[in-house]
Amino acid sequence: MPALIFLVVVTQIPFVVTIGISLFHWIVMYPNDTHFDGFANYVAVLRDPYLRAAIVNTVIMVVTGVLSALVIGTFLALLLNRTFFGRGVVRTLLITPFLIMPMAASLMWKHLIYNPEYGLINGVLKWLGNTFGFDPAQPEWVSGQPKLAVILVLVWTWTPFMMLITLAGLQAQDPEIKEAAMIDGANAFQQFRYLTFKHLRQYLELSTVLGVIYLLNAYDQVFSITQGGPGTATTNLPYQIYVTIFRGYDYGRGAAAGVLVVVFSIIISNFGLKLISSLNNVVPAGGRKK
Amino acid sequence: MRSKTTALLAAAAIGALAMAGCGADTSDDNKGGDDNKGASGGELNVLMVGNPQMKDIESLAEEHFTKETGIKVNFTILPENELRDKVAQDVATQAGQYDVVTVGAYEGSVWTANDWLYNLQDLAEKDTEFDVDDLLPAMKGVLSKDGDLYAIPFYGESAFTMYRADVFEQLGLTMPAEPTWADIESLAAQIEGKVDGVTPVCLRGLPGWGENMAVVGAMIDAFGGTWFDADWNAQMNSEGTSQAIEFYVNLVTKYGEAGASESGFTECLNNFTQGKSAIWFDATSAANTIESPDHSTVAGKVGYADAPREDARSGWVWTWAWAVPKTTKNLDDAWKYIAWASGKEYEKTVGAEVGWTRVPDGKRSSTFEIPEYKQASAAYSEQMQAALNQSNPEDCGVQARPVPGCQYMAFPEFADLGTKVGQELSAAIAGQKTAAEAIAACQVLAEQVSEQKK
Repeated sequence: MPALIFLVVVTQIPFVVTIGISLFHWIVMYPNDTHFDGFANYVAVLRDPYLRAAIVNTVIMVVTGVLSALVIGTFLALLLNRTFFGRGVVRTLLITPFLIMPMAASLMWKHLIYNPEYGLINGVLKWLGNTFGFDPAQPEWVSGQPKLAVILVLVWTWTPFMMLITLAGLQAQDPEIKEAAMIDGANAFQQFRYLTFKHLRQYLELSTVLGVIYLLNAYDQVFSITQGGPGTATTNLPYQIYVTIFRGYDYGRGAAAGVLVVVFSIIISNFGLKLISSLNNVVPAGGRKK
Repeated sequence: MRSKTTALLAAAAIGALAMAGCGADTSDDNKGGDDNKGASGGELNVLMVGNPQMKDIESLAEEHFTKETGIKVNFTILPENELRDKVAQDVATQAGQYDVVTVGAYEGSVWTANDWLYNLQDLAEKDTEFDVDDLLPAMKGVLSKDGDLYAIPFYGESAFTMYRADVFEQLGLTMPAEPTWADIESLAAQIEGKVDGVTPVCLRGLPGWGENMAVVGAMIDAFGGTWFDADWNAQMNSEGTSQAIEFYVNLVTKYGEAGASESGFTECLNNFTQGKSAIWFDATSAANTIESPDHSTVAGKVGYADAPREDARSGWVWTWAWAVPKTTKNLDDAWKYIAWASGKEYEKTVGAEVGWTRVPDGKRSSTFEIPEYKQASAAYSEQMQAALNQSNPEDCGVQARPVPGCQYMAFPEFADLGTKVGQELSAAIAGQKTAAEAIAACQVLAEQVSEQKK
């Protein structure tokens, strides 16, 4: 019981306080002008064009980011689930991106890979051009495709996470069932479609839900690569909240936006969960129910 | 998870601080704080921004301050933005955790206006060893209210033009000692395509009031524009301002570095020290990295000229300075610390122990007289001093303003406005918008602020 009380205090009080703050007009630079303001902050937040842009960007980043990471992660997990020489090394290498701090990873992508003057991609293009005697294009990756640039880093970071969960799922699969299927004459695709995929379902659901929650909160990548720009192309909700609180000093409005994000994450994770479950229900699991 | 958690925790902390603040002794009776225990020592909590010069002071304080005075110093070092928030909270909620905090020029002005900081003028004048008259006028200007100092500069900077003397010589070009922006453009046109791997200019484009808007703000001053006129009318689409913005967008898209919309100070510093840009207009504090052979491939090959001008100079003044929040009870000890940290002796200590290029310069005229410093900074110190002496935060550009500040304007909403305007302009240089569309959007943003201020 004391543990439960502790848990409630630690996890819920900050949120309640945030809700409280969101009802106040509180700009820290005007200390003598703090007053209860009802839902004015929420109205202001929803009418703010920057915040609306941030919501759209967040949805795009989360949906494309999670789906891409999930597909690539599952694919890699399937490959890693076979035995081959050097599997341990390959697995470690594939997990590495997830272990690098997001801020460090973002700076690495920004400077070492994307930078149009001294980055890896344009450097390779230039080298190819010099070697084969053509004039290589030197695109500006981040300003040309800012959203894609941020999403790529997100996918790079989160694919190993998806891969790990899926791999754990694959390894928990009972090999005897597969053997039985093989004896029954099921080919590799049928085995995957009717056994492995069905078995993986809960693992994929878990990765999706966790992925959505994490990517909704992606901040380091936006902050360090683009600062939300150019324009509002990469401003997502966490970054917009950061700007509201740290540049605008508007704690009330920042808190209101924060509360909306929490509501938003709950809705999206539920939606994601339902979507995956329903997809799976469509697949007739060999006509039988467990 | 991180940012949401941080936001929530921050919010919770704010709440807790607010509650703590209500119960705390918030009276001003402790002014002058007689907590000074002499050589037997007190304790000071110092909050600093995490720049290299601050890290030096952390390593020197024990040996050179605590031993002499017996005052123990507890340093907290935070990145710039977190520092701003932390100090704002601490001061606004009267929590009183810190005795000395570093403030930038912008916060200095805004917080002084909110009456959050002690007036340090008398202490500075009484302390003959400190020599307050030695502080550069630009620094005093940016940290004073009604002629009284509310913060003491630790180091200061202005802006000037840096250019590759070797490239200029190779192409037979000359950089005027006092270039105009038109000169910069025509020089850029003459450099364009002539030297492999070198772009004619590098100018910040990364959105942010302290990033691209530092440069654009200075250009707005130069072209005779302003953010707001003296009556708080938004002036983003006025002739001078829009001319400056159009010039900037055109210059950067035509002659600027690749990926300009995500290049800030750091990126331009990289570009320039790696020999990839020929002309760079930015902070004078960049010079000691450029001239350091360890960090730069162009050390010794760079020339320095005044900040470009049109109707006025595009100068700016920035400083990190020590301030004492009114919530502290240790004003006397705090002053002792500040007098040591910003004193002449401290600069010599840094020079001898850490290196002469690491001296927190740009705040005292006597610094420029120290022979070892003179030698270490020979390439740029004269131009740096000239730039600092010509910049006056009370008298920027050609138009009257409602509040002081070069490149920024000292009112609380500016940070937010500047950041949003910065985003619009980064969209313009990335080719997502035309300069005219960006200017129209900036005017709408400025008008919203205008309504609140009038």
